[in-house]
Amino acid sequence: MTLRTQTGPYFGDFGGRFVPESLIAALDELTVAYEAAKNDPMFTAELAELGRTYTGRPSIITEVPRFAAHAGGSRVILKREDLNHTGSHKINNVLGQALLTKRIGKHRVIAETGAGQHGVATATAAALFGLECTVYMGEVDTERQALNVARMRLLGAEVVPVAAGSRTLKDAINEAMRDWVTNVATTNYLFGTVAGPHPFPELVRNFQKIIGEEAREQVLALTGALPTAVAACVGGGSNAMGIFHAFLDDLDVALYGFEAAGEGVDTDRHAATITRGRPGILHGARSFLLQSEDGQTIESHSISAGLDYPGVGPEHSWLASIGRACYRPVTDAAAMSALRLLSRTEGIIPAIESAHALAGALQLGRELGPTATILVSLSGRGDKDMETAAEYFQLTDAAVQSNAAPLAPPTRGGALPTVAVSPTYPLTTAEGDHS
Amino acid sequence: MMANTPRTVGSVITRCTAERRGALIGYLPVGFPTLDESVDAAVALVENGVDILELGLPYSDPVMDGPVIQRATLQALATGFRVPQVFAAIARITEQVAAPVLVMTYWNLVLQHGVNRFADDLVAAGGAGLITPDLIPEEAAEWIAASDRTGLDRVFLAAPSSTDERLTQAVAASRGFVYAVSTMGITGARNDVDTAARTLVERLRRAGAPASCVGLGISTAEQVRDVLGYADGAIVGSALVDALMTDGVAAVGELAASLARGTRADRG
Repeated sequence: MTLRTQTGPYFGDFGGRFVPESLIAALDELTVAYEAAKNDPMFTAELAELGRTYTGRPSIITEVPRFAAHAGGSRVILKREDLNHTGSHKINNVLGQALLTKRIGKHRVIAETGAGQHGVATATAAALFGLECTVYMGEVDTERQALNVARMRLLGAEVVPVAAGSRTLKDAINEAMRDWVTNVATTNYLFGTVAGPHPFPELVRNFQKIIGEEAREQVLALTGALPTAVAACVGGGSNAMGIFHAFLDDLDVALYGFEAAGEGVDTDRHAATITRGRPGILHGARSFLLQSEDGQTIESHSISAGLDYPGVGPEHSWLASIGRACYRPVTDAAAMSALRLLSRTEGIIPAIESAHALAGALQLGRELGPTATILVSLSGRGDKDMETAAEYFQLTDAAVQSNAAPLAPPTRGGALPTVAVSPTYPLTTAEGDHS
Repeated sequence: MMANTPRTVGSVITRCTAERRGALIGYLPVGFPTLDESVDAAVALVENGVDILELGLPYSDPVMDGPVIQRATLQALATGFRVPQVFAAIARITEQVAAPVLVMTYWNLVLQHGVNRFADDLVAAGGAGLITPDLIPEEAAEWIAASDRTGLDRVFLAAPSSTDERLTQAVAASRGFVYAVSTMGITGARNDVDTAARTLVERLRRAGAPASCVGLGISTAEQVRDVLGYADGAIVGSALVDALMTDGVAAVGELAASLARGTRADRG
């Protein structure tokens, strides 16, 4: 059995179904519907057509030599999920699950969201298919992602701010599960990532694996070879599983997941689940988890709402446990620095989530050297993060006027990251140009 | 000292049946509002007619619980509740009253304590067993082995949406009683306990359940009486927690006494 053909409910010791009995019938119904759908040419054709005519698939790849000059001279190639309709990879999964919802005859969908990307994608699919839609979002996140809240409401979705617990993604999932337990007869839960109870980890991965399938062919066509390494950010881990999956059995291709280290993995403000957690149960699956000695979930922290999650998908825990993929932490500061570097060298503003993968690629490139090709999942665009970036880099007129030097280095977030980025404009490529 | 009295849930339900009545099961979270008061409140429940205690372990992500129980358990965590304190609480309760004490816990807390160690500590404290709201029998092999080794009761849930096959599995896996979820939803008082509960209890009986107790949404003596017309036990949670939160230990005792009057009517 190859790594690619692994299915749920268990990936090694990870996965399963740790949910109230009330949800089992719905999970079984979803599993059966999905098994039938994935072998139904009508379903796969409809999904592929939506990909072509609605999402904009295949997404392109972009080689970024001016950015790569900061990555030890490695070639860096971006898989541009940021160019998808709604601005991230989340739409791939949501269209698949919305089609499944129609297939099982339910008329209402619910979703959790952190950064708001999955919520926006779900609200979009609900509008497209005429489904009722409720999105649960932690209050902290509705504040830091106000623009996405407005987008969801404009699309006709009800957005419910969740005030319980840490008021972030984990609590939004709890509240969505409570809604689902109550309204399961009419409602389908469009889970946003490769976590949660079976069949979600496998189902979401399969709707996202098109990222890696396309990218593998595209990189081969561009360079004549498979990449040396694939890099992706990991919160729950759906874009990472999506881009990793096609490469799982290419054992020469190194897979790197970059977790949010927040203010540092040695502080208590991070979201580096595999780096610092241990196996436990959260949201229906056994996986790595940030938890106290007692097993209480610990609140995570990241500047990126989409990575601010104390759990991770079980397939990632499995890949880490067998050594097939390597997971490393990236701090807020390093991610923000990489976000600015890509913006200035290539004219592409990434989501803060994706900037963690970019920061990781800069580090990897310096380790692997000029012969390496690094494929990076650019999972989303940065439009939603402009308020955070404006504050972080002091980019507003008021901030610029109060600081003598325009575009001064960040005044918060600690020391400059290890990745060297010139703090003044214009940015110079200090390291050797990629040839 | 009553610690040596056998405290299985099954023996209590058998006794209630012999008395031609149903059992009243009362839920309170341990550590709320303080550890001492949660012990006093649990004792007050039994002194006022509760037959079986269900002691909830506060957990950071209680997906089966509504706002009242969430508020209480999160407050217990915020004031420093630690899991091992439940064993001390059970020991203090079982020293004072004879009712069996089941612990209602989300599974990760047991997993992190160690399933076998949890079972041993529970036995040592005089506890009767576990109610596991997010553990289905398919995932419970380690707990089934540990409870078989120690003789602890294990209560799995059955839902109106469960297939007949799954009900049979829940009945086979459970010891003590099967927890019949009255309605599709989470904990919290409701005006109408769903008619789905009656159907579910009938289906459980056909699946061979020796005892089924109904929970979710029961908050009045009248509802207790209705439920005990067809089920072996009625489980009350949020209403008791609300009384404790609002008016303290004495109020919980009064509410328990009122609910217990619902167990005395002739069975239908």
